[in-house]
Amino acid sequence: MSPTREEQHWMYRNMVTSRRFEEAIAKIYFEGKSPAFNMANGPIPGEMHLSDGQEPVAVGVCAHLTPEDVVTATHRPHHQAIAKGVDLDKMAAEIFGKKTGLSGGRGGHMHLFDDDVNFACSGIIAQGMGPAVGAALSRKMQGKPGVAVAFVGEGAVNQGGWHEAMNLAAVWNLPFICVVEDNGWGISVAKKTASSIASHADRAAAYGIPGKRIEGNDPYAIFEAAGEAIARARAGEGPSLLECETYRLAGHFMGDAEAYRPKGEKDALFEKDPIPKMRERLLADGAASEAELDTIEEESAARVDAAIKFARESDDAAPEDALTRVFAA
Amino acid sequence: MTKSNERKLTIARAMAEATAQEMRIDPSVFVMGEDIGPLGGVYGNTRGLIEEFGAERIRDTPISETAFIGAAVGAAQDGMRPVVELMFVDFFGVCFDAIYNLMAKNIYFSGGNVKVPMVLMTSTGGGYSDGGQHSQCLYGTFAHLPGMKVVAPSNAYDAKGLMTAAMRDDSPVVYMYHKGLQGMGWLGTEAGATVHVPEEPYTLEIGKAKVVREGKDVSIVSCGMGVHNALKAAKTLEAQGVSAEVVDLVSLVPLDRDTIRASVAKTGRLIVVDEDYMSYGLSGEIIASVTEHDISVLKAAPKRVAFPDVPIPFARVMEQFCLPNPDKIVAAWDEMQAA
Ligand SMILES: Cc1ncc(C[n+]2csc(CCOP(=O)(O)OP(=O)(O)O)c2C)c(N)n1
Ligand SMILES: [Mg+2]
Repeated sequence: MSPTREEQHWMYRNMVTSRRFEEAIAKIYFEGKSPAFNMANGPIPGEMHLSDGQEPVAVGVCAHLTPEDVVTATHRPHHQAIAKGVDLDKMAAEIFGKKTGLSGGRGGHMHLFDDDVNFACSGIIAQGMGPAVGAALSRKMQGKPGVAVAFVGEGAVNQGGWHEAMNLAAVWNLPFICVVEDNGWGISVAKKTASSIASHADRAAAYGIPGKRIEGNDPYAIFEAAGEAIARARAGEGPSLLECETYRLAGHFMGDAEAYRPKGEKDALFEKDPIPKMRERLLADGAASEAELDTIEEESAARVDAAIKFARESDDAAPEDALTRVFAA
Repeated sequence: MTKSNERKLTIARAMAEATAQEMRIDPSVFVMGEDIGPLGGVYGNTRGLIEEFGAERIRDTPISETAFIGAAVGAAQDGMRPVVELMFVDFFGVCFDAIYNLMAKNIYFSGGNVKVPMVLMTSTGGGYSDGGQHSQCLYGTFAHLPGMKVVAPSNAYDAKGLMTAAMRDDSPVVYMYHKGLQGMGWLGTEAGATVHVPEEPYTLEIGKAKVVREGKDVSIVSCGMGVHNALKAAKTLEAQGVSAEVVDLVSLVPLDRDTIRASVAKTGRLIVVDEDYMSYGLSGEIIASVTEHDISVLKAAPKRVAFPDVPIPFARVMEQFCLPNPDKIVAAWDEMQAA
C-alpha cells in the first residue's frame, strides 16, 4: 500500500511543519539563556526534547489515523502531536506556559493533552503503553471504532511496563499498535549497550503478534508497514509491533553537549536528513512539482509563525490557577 | 579555615569524590544507573568514575529501574555494596516494589540475618519548570516507609560525609540530592551549597541534625534547598530585630527529634519549610514531634511553608507561586505574630 499523491503531500507538509516548529522552539529556547545557559530562564524554561529527524515515523503512522484514533506519546512528542492534528496554537502556548495553552500551562512540553484528537503524553518512559492499551480495550468493549497507537523510544522497550502492556494487548486481541522510534540512543546510552537484541521487532514473537522493523527512516516504508498494522487492528485481528529506524538530529535535550556520540555520527545523520530526501523523491517520482512543494513549505512556515505569535501574545498563566483543576469539575 | 586552604566543591563533585575514594579502598562498591557512565550522571554525581574504574564497576543500565534496583538488593545481600541511581525521584513509580518491599524490608524479614548495604541516589526538587513528573521531592513518601534511611544534604561538605557514611552503612540509604543545589552549569545553583570540602575521606553521622544558625525567637526547620531559603529568611528577620534559629535536618530517617525539640524549647516558635507536598508529610511530622513531646514549650501555633497539595505545574509563574521561598517564611513569622 503506497501513499497516494495527496497522502504524500500531507506527509511532506507535516514533516516540514514539525521541523519548522522545532526550529522556532530551538531559537526561542535560547532567549534569556545567554550568556549563562540556565534551563530555568527564558520564555520557554525547563527541559526541551526536540524531534528533528524523527518526522518520518510520525507522519508515516499518523497518515492512517483519524481524530477518533488514540495516540500516546513521550517526552519527545512534538512531531507526533503535529501529525495527529493537535491544535498548533494551543500546543505552542502550552510550551510557553500560557493561559491559552492546551492545559493552561499546567502540563508543559512533556504533557500535551488534546482531547479533541485523542492525544496524550507521559514523560515517564514506556508509561504511554498502558493508557493506549486501555483505550484500545475501551473501544472494543464499547463497540466504538478506532485504534490506539503508543509511540515509544527504543529505550522504553526495556521497561517492565512495556512488556506487560504488550502481553495484555495480545492476550485480549486489542486494536493496538506499538511504534518504536529507534533513534539509537536513550540519552547517552547506545541501543547496543542497553538491549540484548538488535531488532526490537523480534520481541513480537514473545507475544505471538506480528513484528516488523523498518530501516532507513523512510516515510514511504513506514507508511506501508503502519498501514498494514493499522488495517489489521481495525479489522479486529489484534495488535502489532513496529520498530522504525530513525535519526535524532538534535541532542537528547537542548543544552546536551552530545560528547557520547562517536565522532562523525552527527554529520552523517544530517546527510540523511529525511526532509530534503523526501523532497527529492517527490520530484523524482513526479508526485509533486517544485511550485507545489514551495507552496507547502511556505504555508507550513506561515502556520508555525502564526502559532508562535499566538503563544507569545497570549497572557501568562495566572499564578493562583496552579491550585485549580486538580479534580474533575 | 583561611582562604588559601579552601577547596570549594559542588555537591555533584563531592558525591563523586566520596564514591571514588570508597571504591579505591572497597572493591565491593560499584555503581549502576542510567547515564552514570560516560555522561557522568545527568546531575554530575558520577563524573570521572568510569574513566578510573571502568565499565565493570560503573555500569550504565537499560531504562529498567525495577531490574537494576532489584538487582542491587540481590547483590547487596550477596556481599557487594551497590550504589544505584534513580535519575529523578519522580520515576520511583515504575520500580517502587524493589525499593520498599525488597530493599527496605529484607533485613527485617530475615530477622537481621541479611544485610542490605546499598545506596539509592536520586535527584529531587523543582523550580526550573520541568513539569509535574520531573520536579517533585517526595521526602515524605520515602521517609514514611520503614526500613530505609533517608538523607538530604544541603551543601557539599555534608554531601561528601553522608555519601561515605551511606556506602559504609549495612542498611539501605536513600540519598536525595536537590537539583538546585547540585552545581550543574546548565541549571542555576544556590551559591550556599558549594562549600569547602576536605580532600580526605570522612563520614557524617546519619540521623543527626545540625543547628546551622543560632537564634532565640523562632526555629526554622528544613532540609536541602529549604535550608537556604530559611537562612535567607533569617537574614531578613534579623534586620527586623527577630532572631531566627535554623535547623538543617540533614537526615530524614532516622529523624533527629532531640535537636528539633531542643531548638523549639529554646525559641518557643516553630516554622517548618518543606518543598514536598504539604499534607501527610515531613512538615506534619516535625510539628507532631514537638507537640506530642511537650506542647507547653510553644508560644504560638506552629506554621508550615510547604508545596500545596497539587501536582507541580509547568508554567513558571504557577510553579513559583507554589514553591516555598524566603518571603513566605517571613510572612509565616508575621502571621504568627498577628495571631
Ligand atoms: C521510568 C523513567 N526512567 C528514566 C527516565 C529518564 N529518561 C528520559 S528520556 C530517557 C531516554 C529515553 O530513550 P528512548 O526511549 O530511546 O527515547 P528518546 O529520548 O531516544 O526519544 C530517559 C532515560 C524517565 N523519563 N522515565
Ligand atoms: Mg532513543
